[in-house]
Amino acid sequence: MFGKLSLESIPFHEPIIMSTVAVIAIVGAALVGWITVNKKWTYLWSEWITSIDHKKLGIMYFLVALVMLVRGFADAIMMRTQQAMAAGGAEGYLPPEHYDQIFSAHGVIMIFFVAMPMVIGLMNLVVPLQIGARDVAFPFMNNLSFWLFAAGVVLVNVSLFVGEFAKTGWLAYAPLSEAKYSPGVGVDYWIWALQISGIGTTLTGINFFVTIMKMRTKGMTLFRLPIFTWTCLVTNVLIIAAFPILTATIALLTLDRYFDFHFFTNDMGGNMMMYVNLIWAWGHPEVYILILPAFGVFSEVISTFAKKRLFGYNTMVWATLAIGVLSFIVWLHHFFTMGAGANVNAFFGIMTMIIAIPTGVKIFNWLFTMYRGRLELTSPVLWTLGFIITFTLGGMTGVMLAVPAADFVLHNSLFVIAHFHNVIIGGVVFGMMAGYTFWFPKAFGFKLDEKWGKRSFWFWLVGFYVAFMPLYILSFYGAVRRMQSYANTEWQPLMIVAWFGAVLILCGIACTAIQLIVSIRDREKNRDVTGDPWNGRTLEWAVSSPPPYYNFAHLPEIHSIDNFWEDKQKNQGKAQLADPEAIEYKDIHMPRNTVAGPVMGAFSIVFGFALVWHIWWLVGVGALGMFAAFMGRIFNEDIDYYVPAEEVKRIETEHHKQVEMQA
Amino acid sequence: MATDTMTNQHVAAHGGHDDHEHHDMTGTKMYAFWVYLMSDLIIFGSLFATYGVLHNGTAGGPGGKDIFELDFVLIETFLLLFSSFTYGLAVLAMHKDKVKQVIGWLVVTFACGAGFVGMEIYEFHHLILEGLGPDRSAFLSSFFALVGTHGLHVSFGLLWMAIMLIQLSTKGLTDMTRPRIMCLSLFWHFLDIVWICVFTFVYLMGAL
Repeated sequence: MFGKLSLESIPFHEPIIMSTVAVIAIVGAALVGWITVNKKWTYLWSEWITSIDHKKLGIMYFLVALVMLVRGFADAIMMRTQQAMAAGGAEGYLPPEHYDQIFSAHGVIMIFFVAMPMVIGLMNLVVPLQIGARDVAFPFMNNLSFWLFAAGVVLVNVSLFVGEFAKTGWLAYAPLSEAKYSPGVGVDYWIWALQISGIGTTLTGINFFVTIMKMRTKGMTLFRLPIFTWTCLVTNVLIIAAFPILTATIALLTLDRYFDFHFFTNDMGGNMMMYVNLIWAWGHPEVYILILPAFGVFSEVISTFAKKRLFGYNTMVWATLAIGVLSFIVWLHHFFTMGAGANVNAFFGIMTMIIAIPTGVKIFNWLFTMYRGRLELTSPVLWTLGFIITFTLGGMTGVMLAVPAADFVLHNSLFVIAHFHNVIIGGVVFGMMAGYTFWFPKAFGFKLDEKWGKRSFWFWLVGFYVAFMPLYILSFYGAVRRMQSYANTEWQPLMIVAWFGAVLILCGIACTAIQLIVSIRDREKNRDVTGDPWNGRTLEWAVSSPPPYYNFAHLPEIHSIDNFWEDKQKNQGKAQLADPEAIEYKDIHMPRNTVAGPVMGAFSIVFGFALVWHIWWLVGVGALGMFAAFMGRIFNEDIDYYVPAEEVKRIETEHHKQVEMQA
Repeated sequence: MATDTMTNQHVAAHGGHDDHEHHDMTGTKMYAFWVYLMSDLIIFGSLFATYGVLHNGTAGGPGGKDIFELDFVLIETFLLLFSSFTYGLAVLAMHKDKVKQVIGWLVVTFACGAGFVGMEIYEFHHLILEGLGPDRSAFLSSFFALVGTHGLHVSFGLLWMAIMLIQLSTKGLTDMTRPRIMCLSLFWHFLDIVWICVFTFVYLMGAL
């Protein structure tokens, strides 16, 4: 009846897990209670859950990402604490089977459920506005993508208190992840959480690629696209080309585990290195999927706050494209030690080093944009400066790892850990924090508190160096990754330093939380009614904040890069105010909200959970539920409507009044 | 829009709905579907690569030469190719707005497709009964996965076709059903091309 599921699957004997569950339950109950008392369920359902508005979906992605950041960081600080304690025979407080789940969950959560939704969230919020569109090409699919992603989040979190999570590392290398060596449900949670959310990501990739290619406003040629949109375009191409490999790879592992196939097993002709090749053929483009939009954010931030057009727009675009292509021909550098031979390793080593060239081009573009600009040291700029220094350093250790001979020594050591945190924290996290601060006022109509933002930055920056520089040093003494304990007590002082760094990062995260609370409290003080709080350059700043649900009352026409900025310059630096009374408004064609998206997401949770536990009848229920909801959608012809011109006029007039009042 | 600086000059020119953004949604859908097909092709690419790496991993069991029956597969191939032709006729009928003809050709296409899937199931069943299921060796695993994934795609195509038959008979040829028929057409021909590769690389080269 319940497959492998029984009451013993709940880890009652683990005090750490049970107290976490208790905290989650209490917070969850409080949230549900608050929503019920304030009668917000209908609002939540009609304004958010069923919404196809790209701006709201963007906000939801980012919100989930911030919550999951806390979960992923909790894993991180538990690991650092364990390693600070477990030296010279001491066992620390985490037994190996628990420690292994924590480092696996940390990697999976940070990449798939923090970094990805932050990138996709910003993309949702910003891209349609930057290209002057009213929504994405397929608004229903966008909602569905979000809910499939959310289903993955739910499955990962359910694994915390029903069963276990994978103990295999974040990429679940075979044959360790095969049924023979990982008979529990941990790898199955990994499989279905990633498979379901990965399909959502693929749909997002297709959706945004088509949106950018087909929905640009009049005059917006490809070489007038804002740089953030350019980087998102390339990221979406990478998603379309790379995520199917992940889907296929996970499917093959699924067949091995569920139906006794022999793709990656030790025996019966299987080839475990095929798994490693396939997973990195997706995995390496994945890191560029994450970093390219961060590059885009920095470009927007720097040119806005230096009040200069971005230096070398064209080279920036070509560098982005070059990185996009190269990202597909470097995957083997993750396992030089496979023994592919000197020639193969040399090819992949050289290709990897070549990526440093377009990246270097970008660094110089940002530096020259700042040069002789009037740079305002706002917190997005601080994140950017911190990024330039930190990322350059991380890039250099990356080039060191790209030398196959050196890699044989450094492989699987803490050097690798230090390197990729150096580029992911210094690149993706800093970039997403910069983007969060930069576009927050666009989403909500008020700025984030600068003081707490800067505090967060300094804690993150210093915390990063204190936490990860010791790991570089330790790696030279032979410290490897994923150690639950170690014999050499001489490593302990540096491990304690690294733990302290993690505590500093914790302070940084706390500052971000406080910043959000303080900013909401003081929202009237930080209110921006113009829609253009930073004196921006691109189209998203031409509409009110938050923008009306149809984005643009009239689709704009542009004639150059930074058209909005140039028009302001022709008008004494101010946006031209058109009198709504003198404008003729027209009805606007808009899509309706969808029930099918969230329902399909909910059934996909049932589907995934049932597969994890081999509850076959429930698998059928989940699949049928998804199918039925989808049928409901495709037989429904009432999926769009017209916003009457009077309604548009009312909204625009109101915005106009507010701007006038402030002026 | 109040802070808008760009659009005001050409605002008065239009009347009625804002036809400027009323772009061709059929074109956008087709474009997106092409992009989807390219991503699906990468799934097949991964499976072909896996087959390429593992096809010698027979673990002492039979190889392709021992189990492939080319005559049988050739009939399968012609069924699928013929179904692509009849789908083409359905699309031609759609362009002439003849709903009944569209339905008729789709039924023929469906029958051929179902025949193809039926033959594939027979082949798989036959192999499994002989103890040559996917659990026998890595070669058979990759064979079943590659051919089975194609078969699964064809089956989804059949399901889609059945739904289109319902929609065509209840709604006729509308702005909603037309692009769906076109996308399914792309899908169907795409599966043909993939099958040609399967037939060549798996069956023909395996039987040599």
